[in-house]
Amino acid sequence: MNITEKILARASGRQQVVPDDVIFANVDKVMIHDVSGPGVIKVFDKLKKQGINVDKLWDPTKVWVAEDHFVPSADKVSAENIVKLSNFTKNYGIEKHFKYGMGQYGICHTLSHEEALVLPGEVYVGGDSHTNTTGALGSFACGLGHTDVAYVLLNGKIWFKVPETLYFKLNGKLPEHVMAKDFILTIIGDISTEGGAYKTMQFGGSGIDEMSVESRLTLCNMTTEAGAKNGIVEPDQKVVDYLTSRGATNISLVHGDDNAEYQKIYEYEGSEIEPVVAKPFSPENISIVREAPSVELDKSYIGSCTGAKYEDLEAVAKILKGRKVKIRTEILPASISIYKRAMENGLLKIFLDAGVTVGPPTCGACCGAHMGVLAKDEICISTTNRNFPGRMGHVDSQTYLSSPLVAAASAVTGKITDPRDLN
Amino acid sequence: MKGNVIKYERDNIDTDVIIPGQYLKVHDYAELALHAMEGLDPDFHSKVKEGDFILSGRNFGCGSSREHAPIALSHSGIKAVLALSFARIFYRNAVDGAFLLPIEIEEDAYSNISEGDEIDIDIRSNEIKNLTKNKTYKMKPFSEIIGKIIEAGGLFKYKPD
Repeated sequence: MNITEKILARASGRQQVVPDDVIFANVDKVMIHDVSGPGVIKVFDKLKKQGINVDKLWDPTKVWVAEDHFVPSADKVSAENIVKLSNFTKNYGIEKHFKYGMGQYGICHTLSHEEALVLPGEVYVGGDSHTNTTGALGSFACGLGHTDVAYVLLNGKIWFKVPETLYFKLNGKLPEHVMAKDFILTIIGDISTEGGAYKTMQFGGSGIDEMSVESRLTLCNMTTEAGAKNGIVEPDQKVVDYLTSRGATNISLVHGDDNAEYQKIYEYEGSEIEPVVAKPFSPENISIVREAPSVELDKSYIGSCTGAKYEDLEAVAKILKGRKVKIRTEILPASISIYKRAMENGLLKIFLDAGVTVGPPTCGACCGAHMGVLAKDEICISTTNRNFPGRMGHVDSQTYLSSPLVAAASAVTGKITDPRDLN
Repeated sequence: MKGNVIKYERDNIDTDVIIPGQYLKVHDYAELALHAMEGLDPDFHSKVKEGDFILSGRNFGCGSSREHAPIALSHSGIKAVLALSFARIFYRNAVDGAFLLPIEIEEDAYSNISEGDEIDIDIRSNEIKNLTKNKTYKMKPFSEIIGKIIEAGGLFKYKPD
């Protein structure tokens, strides 16, 4: 069995599973946020009317709650949702509720790793499609809707069809100025936004071994854009060190067998990967940056679970140090812990000196919610993960998805720019 | 199950166009219905009728996991979406929440059924009859678990064996 199959076999109390088996998996961790939380509350209300008991959760210690999409509260409705969420966690005895304005908070997927909330080998589900992110820690991490999350909160388990696995092998390191984001966008361009549908996308090879945990998180995050059920990387000492330094204990690693089976293996040479962008209006619409259209950008947006981890901000700072931005540029660190490190290490000063607006952690304009949404005909380069019509604001705005390095270089020139071509 | 078809002849209709991100904070089902398909078809709300079906191409419902998407369609009156394929979270949400039926169709049904056609879907015989054009197409049968959850009326009513 491969690593995903092993985790799902253990979680469903079976010796072995094979693709297409339907299982009920016991869940180790579950996450809701300020969009899926109120959605779950609505499901609970419906269930109550049907006479189903919703008085107690299966295990409130395994649940954690983020405030990320519409915070700091964007308007009255979002403020009401935050109140609802706070009442919910209080009533059900959920202690891990990361509230804005009260210390550590941030984007749910970022907290999953920054706070070591999920461990290797665990089954983790969340009320958000980019829950896949956390598979980079060697866990089975999968996004679900409100009804499914409500079911998990009450029953501690959920059904899955065991997925086929696509294996993406990266031979050798990515070149300087090429980031994990370029690699995953290249893959999505090759296999399409449906290429991983219902499947596992696993990453391995010497290039992945060399990669930081944060870069692997970027890869797994965007398996969602290929339609995958989960993304995963076999955990190694780097993962153990990363989680241990964030307070995790009792880490035990699950690995695939030597004779593990994969439906298909894709091989990439690290040295051949180039900086790329995904042009409007799909993450599969890939162009090498040096061949990208010469458009006048209005904005550069550096934020989100995909593109505002500490490593991402460090990359941006390398470009912006001693330079000025030519277009509106926003940087929103993905959590308070990242924000603080960026302050302590002088990154915020570099950003502010360059003319950037630095905002609080939030999903913000990534999902068109607030804090920098796009006007009609505005064109944005963004470190986020989706560029569907209207994703970041007006339905006639345009978003180019890129790595943090490309978004920063483009902020400096006002055009889509390969970081290697900056003076 | 009889109804008329609203056709979107394209692939990858994502949940951001089914219900744009600005409405994610809304959890009132009737209000969500007012904004269904707003990102693609601002006239949807005025033309949709109770019992209608949507017909579309590949990868319907891709993107965000927002359950608002099947909720907005279902509370607009849509009873089923017929598509060449579905993205996984939309599919699960539609079935587990018992909002609407996701029906996988073949190329013949996709190309032959037109906007406004009246069709009759029979999930027992896995057949779709086009009453307007007097033709019959096959639909892909539901997998065992999906069939059972649909029959039960959603995940919470389903009793695993």
